[in-house]
Amino acid sequence: MRPQLNPSANRCMVFACVKSAEGHDMSSLTPTSRSWYKRNEIALTPWLFLFPAMLFFAVYVIIPIGQSFWISFHQWDGLGEKTYIGTANYERLLGIGDQNIDRKFETSFWNNLKWLVLYLLAVPAGLFIALLLNQTVRGIRLYKSLFFFPFVISQVVVGLVFSWFYLPREGLLNAILGVFGAGPVNILGDPTLATYGIIAAGLWPQTAYCMILYLTGLNAVDPEQVEAARLDGAKGYKMLWYIILPQLKPATFIAFVVTIIGALRSFDLISVMTNGGPFGSTRVLSFYMFEESLSEFGFRMGYGSAIAVVLFFIMLGFIGYFLYSMWRDEKGAR
Amino acid sequence: MHSILKTSCAAVAALGMAATAAFAEGHQLTGDLKITSDMSNPAPRAVMEGLVAGFQELHPDLNIELTVVDREAWKTQIRNALGANPPDVVNWYAANRMGPYVDAGLFEDISDMYANGDLPGLDAVQGALTLDGKQYGVPYTYYQWGMYYREDIFNELGLSEPVTFDEEIANCQVIVDSGRACYAIGTKFLWTAGGWFDYMNMRTNGFDFHMQLARGEVEWTDPRVRETFANWRKLIDMGGFIADHQSYSWQEALNFMIDGEATSYLMGNFAVAAMREAGLTDEQIDFYQFPLIGDFPQGEDAPTDTFHIPSGAENKENARAFLQYVTSANVQTEINSGDALGQLPINAESGVDADEFLEQGFAMLSTNAKGGVAQFFDRDFPAEMASVGMEGLQEFMVFPDNLDDILARLEEARQRIYQ
Repeated sequence: MRPQLNPSANRCMVFACVKSAEGHDMSSLTPTSRSWYKRNEIALTPWLFLFPAMLFFAVYVIIPIGQSFWISFHQWDGLGEKTYIGTANYERLLGIGDQNIDRKFETSFWNNLKWLVLYLLAVPAGLFIALLLNQTVRGIRLYKSLFFFPFVISQVVVGLVFSWFYLPREGLLNAILGVFGAGPVNILGDPTLATYGIIAAGLWPQTAYCMILYLTGLNAVDPEQVEAARLDGAKGYKMLWYIILPQLKPATFIAFVVTIIGALRSFDLISVMTNGGPFGSTRVLSFYMFEESLSEFGFRMGYGSAIAVVLFFIMLGFIGYFLYSMWRDEKGAR
Repeated sequence: MHSILKTSCAAVAALGMAATAAFAEGHQLTGDLKITSDMSNPAPRAVMEGLVAGFQELHPDLNIELTVVDREAWKTQIRNALGANPPDVVNWYAANRMGPYVDAGLFEDISDMYANGDLPGLDAVQGALTLDGKQYGVPYTYYQWGMYYREDIFNELGLSEPVTFDEEIANCQVIVDSGRACYAIGTKFLWTAGGWFDYMNMRTNGFDFHMQLARGEVEWTDPRVRETFANWRKLIDMGGFIADHQSYSWQEALNFMIDGEATSYLMGNFAVAAMREAGLTDEQIDFYQFPLIGDFPQGEDAPTDTFHIPSGAENKENARAFLQYVTSANVQTEINSGDALGQLPINAESGVDADEFLEQGFAMLSTNAKGGVAQFFDRDFPAEMASVGMEGLQEFMVFPDNLDDILARLEEARQRIYQ
């Protein structure tokens, strides 16, 4: 489609230019001089179409980001006057100067890292399940949809189900452990285990998501290459590593992006399963931000905004890296 | 639920008619009255609708508009509601909890109503609505806190209601030896631990000390605070509290008491309704005041729920008349009765319903709370201190050995928050 469309558009533009340039002399051919818009139609129309989206993007995304930066330099309860306090919020948050680093921030930051690293297990797990399901067996569609099911149900429901699963006395997990003679554990009540318990709950739907990405990727694998590799004697692990995986690179890329972003915005599971507890050990940055600025005992908008800004830069780092590697790949492909 | 709604509606409406002659002869109100209420649970909702019906009866020409908002959601929504185009009457809580709105000038100063006798019978409770010497709203109900316990298990073990902390510990030892826990508690949402700290501290160091701590005048690392925690720790170390309480809400922990695995629950009177609903009879449950530790007049927790007029309200005269109506002696008797809110009336001239727990609570608060009446940990302490504090209290209950670290953290927070 594309190569055909472009020349015709160019021809049209050239035609318009010629016409307007000749406009004065050939007045008999163009009886009225054309309006300014008509003369610039080709250049303007894309912007006109873009304008609503750009307006809304500015109002709902760009400007609020700027406002967050602005508020983070103030002390503000969301009701009264804002007091400008410079970088005091950041100093308290990061422990610059003679104060200690905010311990809640420290906990949240390390928990975020745990989320980032462990959440990525969803990518290989999704690949494994996708390879398992990528065969023609009777009823495979049903199996595929059952495996995809956890991604369809709401995160809140996932959290609720897992918190019942983990219940210290009645929970299924302890019933299973009991069969093997292992002592009861209270995963969500133990500050050293709770975060891992929540991540495990989050992996369930995220694995399903990665699986579906890989399943579509596997459909696009070139059978001729597989055939050729087989003739060359590749099979098993070597076939997977050297033939299949390189062809799945786009799917892997997307799976990484959605998983990392999912890990950084983990909020609903924490809110449902532990509410940040026990004693704040499962907080992550997004939850801490919410707690400081919008929860029942919060309304420290300045401090909450400062956390938001820090989270923004962390996310920006990751997204910037992905955009860069995407750009590099596209340049390499050309 | 339907029958409760019907009876209380009818009762309040009838009361309204009776009161017509008594106190609204003066003039009929006209115009609008917009009320936003957080009384969203079934019984309180019926009461609120009954109040509106009763007030409507008095002023037939008044156009009353009632909006009921979910109680938990209201805790964050009130900020938006008070901003632009606010209603004329809203629900909220007393003491420090209303501080941010008073400071921002969003609640109307109604000191004149207290001063000129528009609100008779509220002298005893007006302290909870006073900030910087001015009053910013009216209470409409409050309830006692204390030990609710399984009377049948106490009888079985031959225990009696303890008066001193030593007796409490001796009782608890018997209970623990019988294979039960002494106290049910669910600290997942933190505030229940605040109740325990309130009582341990008020009994160990007295009500005045507790209030000094709430106002940020005492260091958290003070030896007197440590003594409070040392007393508390005695109960923790002997296995007094149920295990894994950090994973339960207070309702979930109630099951331990219903199943007889725990014998007592330090809670507000609202727990009685939940216990009755779960099948415990009044013969099985009873109530006692938190025992004495130090030689101090007892202070008690008695959280008060309130009505306020937003300062941006359009129909302030009507709103004031409504506040007068809600706090009048007869209406107070009616809405706090056992089949309505089941709590205590705030008007001194009101009658307390013939209910075992309301009578005991009322007697305790009026004769045996000479130290003073506190609101609750999360209402007396400033919001940020309360949230940091309750988290530390929960940690202490699970890991008592972390006390030094917890107190240092709380002290750091105190120095920052109260500057």
